[in-house]
Amino acid sequence: MKSTIIFLSMLAFISVSVFAQTVHKPVTKPATVSPVVNGKKIYLQYCLSCHQADGGGVQNMNPPLIGTQYVLGDKARLIKIVLKGFNDAVEINGQTYTNAMPAFNYLKDKDIADVLSYIRSHFGNKASAVKPAEVSLIRGPIVKTPNKKKYTVRSKNT
Amino acid sequence: MYKKAIISSIVSLLLIAGLLSFKIPDAPNAGLKLPTGFTANMIADNIGFARHLAVAPNGLIYVKLLKTKNGKGIIELKQNADGIAEVINRFGDYGGTGIYIKDGYLYASSNEDIFRYKLDAKNEVISPDQPEVIVKGLLNRREHDSKSIVLDNAGNIYVNIGAYSNSCQEEDRQPGSMGRAGCPILDSAGGIWQFRADKPDQGYANGIRYATGLRNVVGLDWNQQLDQLFVMMHGRDQLHDLFPALYTTQQNALLPAECLYALKKGDDCGWPYIYYDQLLHKKILAPEYGGDGKKEGGKNAKDPDVAFPGHLAPNGLLFYTGTMFPEKYRNGAFIAFHGSWNRAPEPQAGYFVVFQPYKNGKPDGKWEVFADGFSGSAQKTASGRADHRPCGLAQGPDGALYVSDDTKGAIYKITYNK
Ligand code: HEC
Repeated sequence: MKSTIIFLSMLAFISVSVFAQTVHKPVTKPATVSPVVNGKKIYLQYCLSCHQADGGGVQNMNPPLIGTQYVLGDKARLIKIVLKGFNDAVEINGQTYTNAMPAFNYLKDKDIADVLSYIRSHFGNKASAVKPAEVSLIRGPIVKTPNKKKYTVRSKNT
Repeated sequence: MYKKAIISSIVSLLLIAGLLSFKIPDAPNAGLKLPTGFTANMIADNIGFARHLAVAPNGLIYVKLLKTKNGKGIIELKQNADGIAEVINRFGDYGGTGIYIKDGYLYASSNEDIFRYKLDAKNEVISPDQPEVIVKGLLNRREHDSKSIVLDNAGNIYVNIGAYSNSCQEEDRQPGSMGRAGCPILDSAGGIWQFRADKPDQGYANGIRYATGLRNVVGLDWNQQLDQLFVMMHGRDQLHDLFPALYTTQQNALLPAECLYALKKGDDCGWPYIYYDQLLHKKILAPEYGGDGKKEGGKNAKDPDVAFPGHLAPNGLLFYTGTMFPEKYRNGAFIAFHGSWNRAPEPQAGYFVVFQPYKNGKPDGKWEVFADGFSGSAQKTASGRADHRPCGLAQGPDGALYVSDDTKGAIYKITYNK
């Protein structure tokens, strides 16, 4: 009985992974999707595992995105956090968090603008939307490295 | 106007009723579900982020707080006859995780250093403000910063130095970023280091890298029956987030295993090159190092004694040596699973203490959930918004099992009555 279950779960596991490998390929959506729909999609794909479905974060590890000065405050600072990642041991709503947030500089301006607009208007937050132009302004001198679908920031001392 | 008055009086009546009904009688077993014959009591609450704890031979309890509370990071509790433990002392101006009592000394760690305090005949700390610094300057780059500690019977102390990385990617936790060749993190982290327990001011130069390839260990214990170090490793995170083409969110929730290792000096447990797949019972090459979810790797990497489901976060390990609990528990392992966050968008899991039976030094049969219900409800477990999260384990002189909770700061005492 036990071994059948193990066998079945192994089978399921293998078939799922084969399926996942052959069928799925990250597709970049055209830039016409509505900001709300796209913002949510980006949140689920890139932010959810750390900041959680309710935006509440994980105790001592990943901070909440609810009512924090970073989410609600200066947009330039907020955009930089997502473009460059964040590992500064700052206090967020009176607590510190130990995990490291990676840079999301490989996301497009629209994706970053939409996900930030999304977090600024969900989880009880009420702040203005972020525009793709604002992201590209902050991104500044950025170059797309050849062969890799990845961006690097050219010598910025911040 | 009249309507408004009625509504507001109804509202206030409801409010009063709510306040009155708030004081519910204490839940049996402090809300925990236990096997028949066991009883749990919450002997302290709200003491801070209670990480590991140590119980002295006379029942005094020392608890290490993750962060200082009112400037103090160690709490001393005295158990009264009424079953309540009262705070009788606070000291240590540092947060951290590790705490252990051995041969008349209390050892405690910050996220960089290890201190020790001499105990008097009543197991009280003699100079709470002047600890000896035993080890200093251990790496702390925030990620996996806990320095859990345990001592052997030969005057050595063992400390975990967690890797400041998920899987040694060039860009930590960035989708698709590949692993760094000859992962340089392993020189100074990602393993267990051994130091002398009585020598002051030691640093990396005085220590021995006792075991490597361990991403992050929080729960560890010295197995007295085998005279051997055992550790619980936190397996790597985010297989789906980082390699969505190779892993589904369901696989991401279950994989990889959280592993219990019986260590010998020089062992390599394989991080970051491999992880253990508890469904395939195999060491699998990490996707950052060319794996595809099926390719095996780590020929020389150690196999775990026991492989638990992914992301449950084993923060406490205790081999039970007492005689209070029934025979089957003797020399078996209790593990406190702090609970997952990494399973999202799948439901979270854990927030319980499990028991793994051992016989003649080997795992004997399947593990079972020993104490459940810390989270408060099935819903709170699934959402990860748990009321309490078990973290540290300790055994009392009479064989009672103590569990610390680093969310609300509760201490539970679990006893057995025939
Ligand atoms: C690997 C985990 C992880 C992921 C994925 C992640 N973050 Fe973070 N995030 C963190 C951590 C950890 C911090 C705090 C770092 C510090 O204290 O220095 C943080 C901080 C932040 C902050 C500022 C602090 C606050 O709480 O207001 C914002 C805003 C934020 N993240 C947004 C995002 C967005 C948007 C995404 C997805 C595009 C994202 N994060 C993905 C871990 C993560």
